[in-house]
Amino acid sequence: MTATFKVAVIGAGPGGLSAATHAAELGISHVLLEQSPAHANTIQRYQKGKHVMAEPNVLPLRSPLSFEAGTRETVLDRWGNGLTQQRVNVRYGAEVVRITGCKPAFDIELKSGERVTAEHVVFAIGVQGNPRRLGVPGEDLPCVQYTLDDPDEYRDEAIVVVGAGDAAIENAIGLTRQNQVFIINRTDEFTRVKEGNLNLILKAIDDKRIECFYRAGCARIEASTNGAQRPYTLVLTTDQGEARIACDRIIARIGAIPPRKFVESCGIAFPSPEPTSLPQLSAQYESNVPGLYVIGALGGYPLIKQAMNQGYEVVEYLLGRRIDPADHPLLEKKFASLPYRRTVDETLALMQSRVPLYAEINPLLFRELILGSNVLTPKPGEAVFRKNDYTNTFFTILDGSVEIELGEEEKYRLKLGSGQFFGEMSLLSGRRRSGSVFAGPGCVLVESPRREILKMINSVEGVKRVIDQHFVIRAIQSSFAPEASYDELKTVTAGARLNRYKSEQALFNEGDEADCLHLIRSGSVSVSRNIGGRDVVTTYVAAGNYVGEMGLLGRTRRTATVRATVPTETVSLDESTFNALLDRNPRLKEQVQATVRKRVSANTRMQAQPETGDLISFLMRQGLGEATDVLLIDESLCVGCDNCEKACAETHGGTSRLNREAGPTFANVHVPTSCRHCEDPHCMKDCPPDAIRRAPNGEVYIQDNCIGCGNCERNCPYGVIQMAAKAPEKPGLLAWLLFGTGPGPGEAREKSKDAGPKKAVKCDMCKDLSGGPACVRACPTGAAIRMSPEKFVELASSGGRG
Amino acid sequence: MAGAVRGSILDYARKRYLWAALALCVACSFLYYWHEPAEPPNGGTWLGYTLGTVGALLILWLLALGVRKRSYRSNLGTVRGWLSAHVYLGLALLIVVTLHSGFQFGWNVHTLAYGLMCIVIVSGLFGVVAYLRYPQLMSDNRTSLTREQMLEELAGLDDRCIRQAKAMPAEFADVIVSNRDRTAIGGSAWALLRGRDASRVFLPAAAASTGGERLVDNPAQGAVLDWLGERLSRSSEGELSQQIRELMTLIGARRMLLQKLVRDAQIRAWLEIWLYVHVPLSFALLAALIAHVLSVFIYW
Repeated sequence: MTATFKVAVIGAGPGGLSAATHAAELGISHVLLEQSPAHANTIQRYQKGKHVMAEPNVLPLRSPLSFEAGTRETVLDRWGNGLTQQRVNVRYGAEVVRITGCKPAFDIELKSGERVTAEHVVFAIGVQGNPRRLGVPGEDLPCVQYTLDDPDEYRDEAIVVVGAGDAAIENAIGLTRQNQVFIINRTDEFTRVKEGNLNLILKAIDDKRIECFYRAGCARIEASTNGAQRPYTLVLTTDQGEARIACDRIIARIGAIPPRKFVESCGIAFPSPEPTSLPQLSAQYESNVPGLYVIGALGGYPLIKQAMNQGYEVVEYLLGRRIDPADHPLLEKKFASLPYRRTVDETLALMQSRVPLYAEINPLLFRELILGSNVLTPKPGEAVFRKNDYTNTFFTILDGSVEIELGEEEKYRLKLGSGQFFGEMSLLSGRRRSGSVFAGPGCVLVESPRREILKMINSVEGVKRVIDQHFVIRAIQSSFAPEASYDELKTVTAGARLNRYKSEQALFNEGDEADCLHLIRSGSVSVSRNIGGRDVVTTYVAAGNYVGEMGLLGRTRRTATVRATVPTETVSLDESTFNALLDRNPRLKEQVQATVRKRVSANTRMQAQPETGDLISFLMRQGLGEATDVLLIDESLCVGCDNCEKACAETHGGTSRLNREAGPTFANVHVPTSCRHCEDPHCMKDCPPDAIRRAPNGEVYIQDNCIGCGNCERNCPYGVIQMAAKAPEKPGLLAWLLFGTGPGPGEAREKSKDAGPKKAVKCDMCKDLSGGPACVRACPTGAAIRMSPEKFVELASSGGRG
Repeated sequence: MAGAVRGSILDYARKRYLWAALALCVACSFLYYWHEPAEPPNGGTWLGYTLGTVGALLILWLLALGVRKRSYRSNLGTVRGWLSAHVYLGLALLIVVTLHSGFQFGWNVHTLAYGLMCIVIVSGLFGVVAYLRYPQLMSDNRTSLTREQMLEELAGLDDRCIRQAKAMPAEFADVIVSNRDRTAIGGSAWALLRGRDASRVFLPAAAASTGGERLVDNPAQGAVLDWLGERLSRSSEGELSQQIRELMTLIGARRMLLQKLVRDAQIRAWLEIWLYVHVPLSFALLAALIAHVLSVFIYW
């Protein structure tokens, strides 16, 4: 029997719940299909008592369900009550496998074989996807699970963890405390895991706390016959043939299947194959398939409140009602300072028509972009940003003009007019600003945060193409031809190419024919030479500089190997392009030759002391090639007093963001566990409230609107982010000294259980302290030093003893 | 990096405070030499009062390092600069105060304050030597491992030793378990400073007839290794010999790790011990100084 509904909502997360409840409230026939056994599956899986935050604070909530920051239990209870009160038609355990048909008769097929027909379908399934299943006979047995909430829940069991990623390792290690643990790895090593996890798992295997099966795959799971010690047996195929593990439980952590494939199978189009690309949606959340709507994280809105608002709005829209989105007043306020008298929608349309770069962006994405952006009206002559600032926002010119100042000794000013953009160099390379920008008369700018623009680059092909093209030309312009105009360079640089390199990959090898020069756009490279049969690193070159110029000038073979230290992008110029540039500007040759001379003399010096190269190699191996400012400890001076950690904790809410003792040491240079403020910070990659920012001086810091999701902690390959609650205030120095009230200076503060929500904390380089980093200023012996990687060569040649 | 990236506290700011301290000493000595009081030089002349005031202010300032070190938000110089100044001006204090005394010593509160000051300065001098010498030794000894990592590694090794021993005759397991349980790193301050491995172990009594066990000293795993060696020489079974050899390899690794840990504890102890003299006696000095100043004014 087939039921027909006005609207079917798929996924009972915040967006889906809100949509279905609003439909119920309006008395529309509806169904909410949820594959798990309860509502808000993701939040259900949070640990007990976890604080759920309600960012962004400025956004009003528009939903029949209530929502405010609170514990997981309160949030879930309120939603549960809302569902009951409004008599929402929810079906749990209803996994949708296929959607066919079209508006107004979509045919939704469930895994159970049941069918549901609906006029409209709302996708609110989030982006986490379903865990990848084992796909072997017996996978439906009750011993197989795909999540592990609390490893201490199990005791004295034999547990098999399948998988070799961070999640699998963390589960396996956690379980060893009370259980016998096996881990199944498809390959013969653990790659693509964090260094810390790698060490932990290898050590656990070494200590025989975990038994690891390498190059093994699951074949089937059998229930043991009566009387066996363990109720199940996992059968593996290995190189040595079949292996059998008697066990109580199997935890498969083999990743998740992103929901995109399913969404695409329903006909919804994505503009690019990039995993971060978002589906094309109208301003009413409707996809390219009429009647199919997408809301929440899948549409690019990762926050709970956004999803709930969209749930409400999507029901209104599909009924054909026109309402202003909940963020309307926010945009109104944002546009208040503009010299135009237009409505919000008119202003948005004006922006899209004025700026060619924005033309291809769909209205919904564009609205979100502007919502995240600032509208600026700087006075003529005012600096928008200055050369060497560390900011990474992106600017488009709506009205008026700006002047860009380029060049080292001789300054050149370029004028950009309405519809053009700037700031893409720092945005893409993560390096300091390569020039200063000053506002012209009547200047109106839109300043967009890096994350929003990256979202556009990944979702809108046209944006990516135009920005890449500009980047190449402007990179060449700032390095070789600051006085040339954009159009002039456009023809000269037709032969320039964009290249991508993986970490450790060579741009070119010693002895190769020299045929091009590389401008490093992001990442960094190390230059090494083969001396006495050994690769000796002679120098490190950061983004914004060029390599490979020696060969091109002399037309010879490469005299050194250049290797990416981290994932790196370069713009390569072939000989004819380079010669064309030389023809344009004869003085350029002198400039490049001067650089060559400097490099040759530096190389010769380094070859005289190969051990300095070892120190640089060591630092690069610690991932410092992508650092901008790193804390190092000179172990020949460090007395181990931990005053650095105490100072950090005392100036940052009671939690030290550095661990002095941890980390590797080479030639007395110790790299403690502390943020190195990466050029392209891994932590920024997936921050739902966009709380991680970069300050003008390069500090990567976390704002107060952190929701404590822990994504950054997981994404940081260097383990420098932790989740911590703020510690209580301390007594004054005298009160402590004379009366012993509470902990004294530098002593750890006891954190009470209800200390409030845990948020992500990391080094912010003490950007709010006028004196600079407290760790360095508190070091009594001068052992703690902060430096940028460009200084490593200096450090190394100051006397690494090796 | 011998000489380090930035040089030691003694080299701070091109020895700015060394020159300041030297200037202070020279000025005081010159005044003392030039000054010809009616009575023999003592704290009661105008120069005596001047030197006394300078000395007392210096002592208060030297004590303020403790406050500055804990004022983590302070912008008043760096702790490194303060420490450099603390060392040089602290040494200069010896000259200033000795001249203030006019070499008049006796069994009184004044000389008590002087004596305390001398002990504090000498202990501080020891601290300077420790700070210059031990970090390098500690770093060389630790070889990139933290103390916690070493302890974890030790626990891992112990698990492996015990697993190995449990597969062998019972006496092995007994010895290996007691070897773990009776391992002692550190102990009293004296043991720490000497770097003594105070571990012991229960071994089966030498003569099988007497039965029972004896508790013997086991520094650097020596007793256990000897005992294992002796069992190995007596073993005729191929399999058992192999097992004993494997156990000896593990105990050998344990010995290396223990030596590192003991050495680490020893260096840390030397880096800290002087503070147990320096800091409390500084407060004693402050008390004696107050008594000295008050008594001078009261009994004028």
